[in-house]
Amino acid sequence: MELVVFVLAAAMILVGAVGVIVRSNPVHAALSLILTLFGVAVMFVAQNAHFLAAVQVIVYAGAIVVLFLFVIMLLGVDRSEDLSSEPFKVQRPLAAIVGLGVIGLVVAAVVSSRDAITVRGTGLNVADTVGDGDTNIKQLARSVFGDYVVAFEVTSVLLVVAVVGTVLLTRRVKGSGKDS
Amino acid sequence: MNALLGLDPLAIGDLIWAPLLIILLKVVVIFALGLLVTMFMVWFERKAIAGMGNRIGPNKAGPWGLLQTLADGIKLFFKEDLLPDRADRFVFKLAPYLAFVPAFLVWSVIPLGGDFSDGKDGLVEWFGQTTRVQLADPPVGILLFMALSSVAVYGIMLAGWSSGSKYPLLGSVRASAQMVSYEAALGLSIATVLLLAGTLSTSGIVGNQGGFTDWHVVSTGVVPFIIFMLAATAEMNRPPFDLVEAEQELVGGFNTEYSSIRFGLFFLAEFMNTVTMSGIIVTLFFGGPQGLFDIPVIPGAIEGTIWFIAKVLVFLYVYVWMRATLPRFRYDQLMDLGWKILIPASLGWFMLMAVLQLGRDEGWNRGVVGIISGVVIAGCAGLMSAAVRTSRANREREGAMF
Repeated sequence: MELVVFVLAAAMILVGAVGVIVRSNPVHAALSLILTLFGVAVMFVAQNAHFLAAVQVIVYAGAIVVLFLFVIMLLGVDRSEDLSSEPFKVQRPLAAIVGLGVIGLVVAAVVSSRDAITVRGTGLNVADTVGDGDTNIKQLARSVFGDYVVAFEVTSVLLVVAVVGTVLLTRRVKGSGKDS
Repeated sequence: MNALLGLDPLAIGDLIWAPLLIILLKVVVIFALGLLVTMFMVWFERKAIAGMGNRIGPNKAGPWGLLQTLADGIKLFFKEDLLPDRADRFVFKLAPYLAFVPAFLVWSVIPLGGDFSDGKDGLVEWFGQTTRVQLADPPVGILLFMALSSVAVYGIMLAGWSSGSKYPLLGSVRASAQMVSYEAALGLSIATVLLLAGTLSTSGIVGNQGGFTDWHVVSTGVVPFIIFMLAATAEMNRPPFDLVEAEQELVGGFNTEYSSIRFGLFFLAEFMNTVTMSGIIVTLFFGGPQGLFDIPVIPGAIEGTIWFIAKVLVFLYVYVWMRATLPRFRYDQLMDLGWKILIPASLGWFMLMAVLQLGRDEGWNRGVVGIISGVVIAGCAGLMSAAVRTSRANREREGAMF
């Protein structure tokens, strides 16, 4: 059962990921990205991380990709692009090298730590969440708002700064130019 | 394995036929019930609006026109299915399902009944099996509703875009901006409820609302309920927030190019959302299947369902009533209400409830906590309104329209 779920979710993730690169229409690429995100959410559910799965869908599929689509539609770049011509010639060979490198690193990491994966429960002490589903969320809340609260607050300050900065940069003051 | 299927007390342990049949039965009943309820909701809305507009409304198909929706549905099935020339074929066909399926799935987490008296926790006995009168009770319960409502945005957004013409596109851009904006207020008012309930599961939220004073509408102090009600109406694109399909400006909105049963699916999704959203409101704020008093004769397991239906009907009527009486918002008014009033108000109220809860837990002096939080809230509200006023003054000086 777990294998079936894994294979289906992995297929979703891979098909979506390939789709993001291959589809020539930006909207189709964004939709493929959603497929990938849903696949990851299914993986989270299979790993008992229900909260992460829900948040994955709410934040990534529900807000971020909506924003992508919004920008694509508003800017009117929702036409199919010609993928055969490449304005930046080094990009593709470089991307292939980096991609192969990442795959190599992941494989190397998995091979070198094979024993650590099969022997469970040595590193993280994850509570058994089958009986009480809330413990999972409570543990997460304790660590985010308790142990790592400073990092959490700093991150939120960073986000606010980014928002204010964006507004400030895009705001045009009257009489300073004829930009639209 | 249990983690995947263990959403129901039945599914824990060996799977035997009786529980499996009950789960299947629940799935089928909820599916059929969803369609039936939606069908009568359409009739109810048309009839009630007709009454308020001093008309007769549907009265030909079946007794009191009850079968009007069925007749319309059959008609829609046999209409020609148009596919615009400039449409994106795949996305155009996909969009109605993206709108329809999430509307259906929300049903699965709403507690439709159950015996919550004497600490029975909503469990009922059916054919010797203990179960809940709800399809699934996942630990993330109400977040599933949030996730589904954020998926529902895609249905409308992609429908408008894939139609390949400008009015649907305008409608869908409006829709996605509106739904994403109001989701924040929706989430924050849910968070206030979760603060008191202490759990995300819908049956846990219902279980926390034992008597009238425990109903979250009372114990969270009405404000989150009002915010949720407004944000939910905007989220569903119902009047007075139906700018998505403003007929006077956008021909028909995002679904202009749709015909036949694809249009029917959008229509169905909209009405089903009204029913499920009423169910969610009842679950979050009005105790779901928990009754105010014991109905004599009827056993406890059925009583919950009766209470639930009664409460949902009230909200369905309120939605129809709002549609019949309120004029549509202008777009800037909609965004002002969402961003400048609802989100700050829900955030402020959430902080207030959190402080009060902390004070209760730590045994702080209630008067002091109340005065300090009152002063802080008044200060924040003053700053907020000053900021809004300054920015409006700036925009006016720079020559914007509003």
